[in-house]
Amino acid sequence: MPAWFSLNDLYYLLPELVLASGVLVLLVATALTPKRRQGWLSWLALGALAASAAAVLAVARPVPVDVARGLISVDAFAAFFKGIVLLAAALTVLLSVRYLDTEGARHGSYMFLVLCATLGMMFMASGTDLVVIFVGLETMAIAFYILAGLLKPDRRSNEAAVKYFLLGAFSLGILLYGISILYGMSGTTNLRALAEAVAARGRDPWLMLALILVAAGIGFKIAAVPFHMWAPDVYEGAPTPITAFLSVGSKAASFAMLLRIFLEGLPSLSGDWTILFYVLAVVTMTVGNIAALTQSNTKRMLAYSSIAHAGYLLIGVIAGTTRGVAAMLIYFVIYAFMQMGAFAVVVLLRRADVIGDELKDLGGLLARQPFAAVAMLVFMLSLGGIPPTAGFMGKFWLFSAAIDANYVWLAVIGVLNSAVSLYYYLRVVVFMFMKHEAAGSQPALSPALTTALVVTLAGTLVLGVYPRPLFELAELSARALGVVGVSATVF
Amino acid sequence: MAEAAAFYILAALILGFGVLVVTAKSAVHSVLFLVADFLCVAALYVTLQAEFLAVIQVMVYAGGIVVLYLFVVMLVNLKRPPDAQRDPRRLGRLGAVLAVAVMVELAAILAVGWSRPEGEAGALGPSNVAQVGRALYTDYLIPFELASILLLVAMIGAILLARREM
Repeated sequence: MPAWFSLNDLYYLLPELVLASGVLVLLVATALTPKRRQGWLSWLALGALAASAAAVLAVARPVPVDVARGLISVDAFAAFFKGIVLLAAALTVLLSVRYLDTEGARHGSYMFLVLCATLGMMFMASGTDLVVIFVGLETMAIAFYILAGLLKPDRRSNEAAVKYFLLGAFSLGILLYGISILYGMSGTTNLRALAEAVAARGRDPWLMLALILVAAGIGFKIAAVPFHMWAPDVYEGAPTPITAFLSVGSKAASFAMLLRIFLEGLPSLSGDWTILFYVLAVVTMTVGNIAALTQSNTKRMLAYSSIAHAGYLLIGVIAGTTRGVAAMLIYFVIYAFMQMGAFAVVVLLRRADVIGDELKDLGGLLARQPFAAVAMLVFMLSLGGIPPTAGFMGKFWLFSAAIDANYVWLAVIGVLNSAVSLYYYLRVVVFMFMKHEAAGSQPALSPALTTALVVTLAGTLVLGVYPRPLFELAELSARALGVVGVSATVF
Repeated sequence: MAEAAAFYILAALILGFGVLVVTAKSAVHSVLFLVADFLCVAALYVTLQAEFLAVIQVMVYAGGIVVLYLFVVMLVNLKRPPDAQRDPRRLGRLGAVLAVAVMVELAAILAVGWSRPEGEAGALGPSNVAQVGRALYTDYLIPFELASILLLVAMIGAILLARREM
C-alpha cells in the first residue's frame, strides 16, 4: 500500500475528477451567463457527463484496483453502476431542457445540482469505506432535497422538498447510528476489515441492532416498505425530470451501497440479513403494487410502481449469489431505460397550459402524438414484464436467480405481483388508446425529448431481443464485488 | 473507574439535555439546552483525550451553530406559548436543574483531572491536532475533498431556495 496519496490514485479517480471539474466550470459559467441565455449550460452538463463516462471506460481494468488506501475500489462493479448513474443523469438532462423553460427555471444551477448528485452517486458505488459511502450519499441527498423544491411557486414542490428533507435527515441519522455501532464493534470503517472483525465476533446483539439500523437507513433511500411513505408525495411534487432521476439514479446508487455494505462488509451475517430483506422484499412488492392500483396521478402511480420494483430488486440481494447480483445489475440497466422513458412521456405532456401529470391527461395520446403513445405502450409492457420487451428478460433473470438460490416462494410471490401490476400499467394504455382526447394544447416533441424517447425505446426493445452482451457484462461486474483489489500502479 | 463514572454522568447529562431540547416549550430555552448539550459532548471528548475535537465542538457547535439557531429563532418571531411564564416556581426549578448540572459537570472534570498525572494534557494538545490533520489529509483525503463539494452544494442550495425569483 502506498504511503502517500499518489498520481496513480488520481489517475484511477479520473471519472470523478472530470465530473467535479465539469461541476466547477458549470458553476462559473452559470454566474457569467444571463438568465435568458442559459440553455447552452444543459449541453455543457451533458458534455461533462459524456467525458466522465469516457473516463470510466478508460480506467476500467479487468482486475479490481484499490485506490486511496483502500477507500475506493475501481472495479467492474463500480464501473457498471457508474455507467447506469451517468446514463440516468444524461437522460435527465435531456428531459429537463424544455421542461425548465416551460417552468421558467434557470438551467445553470439546476444542472449544477444534477451533476453534484451524480458525483455523490459515483462515490456511493465505488466506496469501500463507510466514510466515503456516507459522504457520497449525503452529497447526493442534499442535492436532491434542493432539486425537489426548485419550483418555488409550486406548493406541491415545496411540500416535496420539506418532506424529503425531514424524513431524509431522520433516515440518515438512523443509518449513521448503525454505522457508528459497526465502527464501535470493529474499530474500522473499511468494509473488508469490517468483514473480518464481524466474522471473528460472530452473532452479537449489538451487531444485530447495527444491521437493522443500517438496513432501515438504506431502506428509506431505496423506498422499501415500510420506509416508503415519502416517495409518492416527493415523486409527485418534484420537477418531473428530477422524479425520474430520483427513481433511477438515486435508487441504483443506494442499491450499490446496500450490496457493498452487506455483501462485502457483513457477509458472515448473511443468515440474519437475508431474513430481514426477505420480509422487506415481500412487503415492498405487495404494498407497492396494490397501492399503485388506485392512483389517478401518473407520477404517483409510477412512484408506487418504483416502490414495487425496489421489492423485485431486493430478490437479487436475498439470493446473494453472483447470479443474483448480476440479475440486479441487468435489471437496473433495463429499469433505467423503461422508467426514464415513461417519465419522458410525462414530461412531454407538461405544456404551458397543462401540468399533464394526471392519468386523464394521457387521454387520446395516440391520435395527438402517435410516436410517444406507442413508446409509452412499450415502456408500460416492459415495466409489467411482458415478453418481447426488456422488462421480461430482467424479471426472468431476477426470479430465476431466486429459484437458483432455493427461494422458490419468493419467485412465486414476485410473479404474482407482476400479474397484479399489469392492471395499472395497462390502464395507462387504455387512457392513451381508447379514451377521448384530453384538454389542452397539442403536446409537441422537442429535439432533446425525441432523443431521450428514441434512446430509451431502443434500449427497452433491443435488450429484450438481444440481451447477451449485457448479461456477460453484468456477470463480469457481479464477480468483481468483494474481490480484494491490487494496489494502483500506472506511473 | 473515574473515567467510567465520568462517562456515565456525562452520558446521562447529554441524554437529559437532549430530552429537554425537544420538550422545552420556548424555542429560546430549547436552544439554550442545546448549548448545554453540546458542552457536555465536548466534555465527553475531553474524557476520550480528544482535546482538539472538544475545542472545535465548543467553538463550532456551542459557539457558531447555536448563534445561528438563536438568529433564526429571533427572525422567525416564534410566538411565546400561552402561560409559559405563569408558574412562578418554574424558573426556580429550571435553575435548580442547571445548578445540579453544573455541579455534576465540575465533579466530572475534577474526577478526570485527579485520575491523570499533571502535565499530560499539555503534551497531548499538539499531537492531537497533528493526528486529526494527518488523518484528514492523508487517509481520508478523498472523503474530505468530497465533503467540500457537499458544502458547496449546501451553500448554493441555500442561496437558490432563499432567492426571491426562481
